[in-house]
Amino acid sequence: MSTLQIDFGSSKSRIVGIDLGTTNSLVAVMELTGPRILSGIVPSVVSVAPDGEVVAGSQARDMLLTHPERTVYSVKRLMGRGLADIQEELKLFPFHIAPSSESVLKLQLGEKVFTPPEISAHVLRKLKRDAEAVLCEPVTQAVITVPAYFNDAQRQATKDAGRIAGLEVLRLVNEPTAAALAYGLDKRKDGIVAVYDLGGGTFDISILRLHEGIFEVLATSGDTHLGGDDIDNLLLHIALEDIQSEWGEDLSGDPGAVQLLRRRVIEAKEKLSFVPKAIIDMEYGGRRYQREITLEVFDKLIQPIVDRTLGPCRRCIADAGVTVEQLDEVVLVGGSTRIPLVRSAVEKLFRARPHTELNPDEVVALGAAVQAGILAGDVADKLLLDVTPLSLGIETMGGLVSKLIHRNSTIPASATELFTTGVDGQCNVLIHVVQGERELVKDCRSLARFDLKDIDPMPAGMARIEVRFLIDANGILNVTARDLRTAKEHSMDVKPSYGLTDDQVEAMILESFSKAEEDLRERQVREARIEADAIMAATDKARRSDAYFELTDAERAAISRAVNELLVVYHHDNYLLIRSKLDQLDQATLPLAESILRGTRIDA
Amino acid sequence: MEFYQSLGLSPALSLDPEDLKRRFYERSRQWHPDRFSRAGAEEQQRALDMTSALNDAFRTLRDPVARAEYFLKQNGMELAKDAPPELLEEVFELNMALEELRGGDDSARAPLAEAQERFSGMRAEIDRALADLFVRYDATRDATALEEIRRALNRRRYISNLVKEVEKELNVHVAD
Repeated sequence: MSTLQIDFGSSKSRIVGIDLGTTNSLVAVMELTGPRILSGIVPSVVSVAPDGEVVAGSQARDMLLTHPERTVYSVKRLMGRGLADIQEELKLFPFHIAPSSESVLKLQLGEKVFTPPEISAHVLRKLKRDAEAVLCEPVTQAVITVPAYFNDAQRQATKDAGRIAGLEVLRLVNEPTAAALAYGLDKRKDGIVAVYDLGGGTFDISILRLHEGIFEVLATSGDTHLGGDDIDNLLLHIALEDIQSEWGEDLSGDPGAVQLLRRRVIEAKEKLSFVPKAIIDMEYGGRRYQREITLEVFDKLIQPIVDRTLGPCRRCIADAGVTVEQLDEVVLVGGSTRIPLVRSAVEKLFRARPHTELNPDEVVALGAAVQAGILAGDVADKLLLDVTPLSLGIETMGGLVSKLIHRNSTIPASATELFTTGVDGQCNVLIHVVQGERELVKDCRSLARFDLKDIDPMPAGMARIEVRFLIDANGILNVTARDLRTAKEHSMDVKPSYGLTDDQVEAMILESFSKAEEDLRERQVREARIEADAIMAATDKARRSDAYFELTDAERAAISRAVNELLVVYHHDNYLLIRSKLDQLDQATLPLAESILRGTRIDA
Repeated sequence: MEFYQSLGLSPALSLDPEDLKRRFYERSRQWHPDRFSRAGAEEQQRALDMTSALNDAFRTLRDPVARAEYFLKQNGMELAKDAPPELLEEVFELNMALEELRGGDDSARAPLAEAQERFSGMRAEIDRALADLFVRYDATRDATALEEIRRALNRRRYISNLVKEVEKELNVHVAD
């Protein structure tokens, strides 16, 4: 790319850090001065307008009130899950499940049908565009955060969402770990830190050891279905019952009313973090519902939800092999940690006053940007060593699990197992991989079935196939098999238990392009303009350098001409035209770039 | 002795935990995939392989018991699966008490708690003996020391399982 040749040094396009939250999402980038949030909060809501246009963000959140049946929120709760495991969710959230969701979950929004990763991809696209508008350059690579306690399928679904949105996901980072990075706690001193992260829909607790810029996660635990959402649903339920007894009318069947009430309930909840009482106040259909709720009553109501976070905390402390006294700091992350009861519960358990200096809504995105900086090589003094939250095992005889990689192992982590045949002439060996802590397969999460096929017929027990299970730095499982007799890679079929196959994701990427050809053209024009901005800015800068004056008159004239021609076509809506002039300027600046390059080498 | 190689060590049974940690951090800084995110596919794969091997090695070697088990296995020695004969009688009594507790007899609780304490003590004693044996073996490379270590590990594994089982039962029935 052109800018790469000229603006040597800060050349490569930047990697953004994205917090893809249950309720809200944010994008940030690493600057010389530190991480910076790139645009406002984007609600993780997606809606299909009556004209078929898909919108994401605050516009979609407003459509929750006007078009609740065409709008979806908290889709993170569905990532990497199957129809059978979301029955509880369906009672509490207005998800419209489309028919034929048995193998892959699908949601119906108006006339369109989407999988959860496709919905998330719409939120990611919105963040991508916002970032491009601020940075004036195309954004193609990202670090995305996930709850530490996300399993393999949930992580894979998040990565798929990134791909569908046109982002290369360089790393999935665990949210609490990202928060620790953002706090830069390593600068203060070495020590042991707990990060308590209660967000909209997920809870994580991680304990880290900081040592000379290394952030080593010792243990992590959590609950991927516990968060502010649960508090909202609890209050909503109470308010609906209240209204029924007051008005003699059940509003729970009226999606518009429910969403309006939900919004009022959330407002009241948020107020209670700062004042001792708040009013749930809703006007609907010419009637008004008002109910005062005191902090005392609120605390009593949510106590069971807050208590659910304590078990994972205790387990995490035990797994980390530390005592409460050894913890030097506690960090709070996630909007729900603004709730006074949550703060006091954390203080009581950890016997320490928690850090709250950074905005709990922003800290994860900031940390993702720091990690993006690490990957880009801009942040050389920090390194994250994370762990896998769940044990990985395979099914053995009698439905038992044989654990291969234990939870809280530092990732990447691997294990190898030798497989053979049990019957003469057997051509296949099936391996069922699960994740979880329980001893029986049925109590663990099925990840995938691997079929080692085309084994040459031979007597039982003669085949020697070595299978390597590797959990990569994203916490995602990779499996390879090798035939030890031939020393060749052994082929296998992979059937993921939940989520999409590679082919399905590819199809979605294609579909997302072809369906929106208009959108595509528009985007191409926009991207061409962004590139034009970047190359012209870089050229401007280079023209002030000594190298520029070393060029011949003809070379300088060619650059001026190319800049002018690019300016002429800049507002044209034919992106090919812009591109051709862009390339022309690119060619014209080659001698300049080379000259700068030479200059730099001599200086160095 | 791949795990030792990963950390740049020559095979030995007693290791300095601080030195081990230092080597682990040093090599992580050098080889972690985060350092190679913009490198070619081949280099990325190498970083991934190096780091996963490093992590697996550190996880095993930092724990003296896992380390010794690995060391024995590399020397072609396997741990036995059956109960050490000298413990049979005590184990028999323990299992009876466990049955009673499961059957709802709460009077089994006290002897179980006592047994748990006794077995935990035995485990701690084995750990101390192992540390001495490690030093002895490293100094002499004496095969009889290795055999003694194997026996100690057998006993330890068995006792450890007992402690865990009793712990589980005691906790389960508290929750009821």
